[in-house]
Amino acid sequence: MLIDINDVSHRYPGRAKPVVDDLSVRLDERRIAVIGANGSGKSTFARMLNGLVIPSVGSVKIDGLHTSRHGSQIRKKVGFCFTDPDSQIVMPTVAEDVAFGLRRRGWSKAEIAARVHDQLSSYGLDRHAEHAAHLLSGGQKQLLALASILVTEPELLIMDEPTTLLDLRNTRMVADLVSGLPQQVVMVTHDLDLLADFDRVLVFEQTRLVHDGPPAEAVAFYRALMGVDA
Amino acid sequence: MMHASLYRPGNSVLHRLPAGLKLSVLLAAGGCSILVRTPTQTTTALGCVLLGYVVARVPARAVLQSLRPLLWVILALGLFQALIMGWPRAFVIVGVIVALVLLANLVTLTTRTNDLVDVVVRLSRRVRLLGMRPESIGLMLSLAIRAVPLVAELAARVREAQQARGHTISPRAFAVPLILGALRRADEIGDALAARGYDD
Repeated sequence: MLIDINDVSHRYPGRAKPVVDDLSVRLDERRIAVIGANGSGKSTFARMLNGLVIPSVGSVKIDGLHTSRHGSQIRKKVGFCFTDPDSQIVMPTVAEDVAFGLRRRGWSKAEIAARVHDQLSSYGLDRHAEHAAHLLSGGQKQLLALASILVTEPELLIMDEPTTLLDLRNTRMVADLVSGLPQQVVMVTHDLDLLADFDRVLVFEQTRLVHDGPPAEAVAFYRALMGVDA
Repeated sequence: MMHASLYRPGNSVLHRLPAGLKLSVLLAAGGCSILVRTPTQTTTALGCVLLGYVVARVPARAVLQSLRPLLWVILALGLFQALIMGWPRAFVIVGVIVALVLLANLVTLTTRTNDLVDVVVRLSRRVRLLGMRPESIGLMLSLAIRAVPLVAELAARVREAQQARGHTISPRAFAVPLILGALRRADEIGDALAARGYDD
């Protein structure tokens, strides 16, 4: 999918300073990462890509569709994975949460149940199908959040710091899972170890895009920017 | 942390009964509760409900968990009624409340949320005439059930934070972060719903 961002700035109501300033970029690579310090505008940028945030100025187009006018249409093609899976899991049990995204498709109960079973099996969560979602471990919750988004087969997956709350093993598990996805992925992250396989990395600093390049170059730039040696 | 009132997988007769029937029995039991007048009738009602737990193979722990939040209310109500109306009447009033709470808990323990929501959506069809969507009412119910453990976890975290800072029990210091946290969580879940296509 082509992500086309034109002269975008965004200011939240009641705030004097913009959170994203003067941003123009076109993205069509398979794996795109966004890094930057806290408060640099990364998460707002991610939220703009599926219309959760509509920029105050400028336009965001996903495959030619304006997020300001075609939000619902875009969100059918663009999945969004939040940092905290507890904010994302909306149904009480594991199977019900995966089924949630399929309920509006007009499928029969049996079709939905079969699809949910397949999805949970491929994520190793099938034995937890009837369990309460809040009883899963942090890693399992993030897996469930991903399974619930990907069951609707979006073309583009936006991930806002999906590994921030996870331990090393679960971070690796999510990274492996993401690398095997057929979908285009835009991932906001603080974990620089995840970037090696990415095609393009954007670096944000104080609301602006300050660097755009391949992973090694972008990470070196970011480390220098933060005053951290490699 | 385990919470009452969430579906427990099983294959008992009660698990297999249609959700609509179980909700109807619960409704009927609520209506008939005003007819219970004697300690014998109350004991029978409690016995029937507890038998339901045995049939559904729900451990005794779940029974106690469902009553724990009501413990102080039940004790206070029982004591008050005993002083005013005598022990037999207190037993009837408290017993009926406990039986109804346990029955409602048994329904949710043996029924998938989706099945309960489907019944509510079916029953709410008429609200279309008022311009509302029955599916939204079903979604509201699901979210309310999902919110119970989230708010409980949030409350536990606020309490721990207070204890870690050496604060004694202060209703204001507990309520403010709890309410703010719950509102922030509600905002996040709203975003998640929108991101999953439920924004119309």
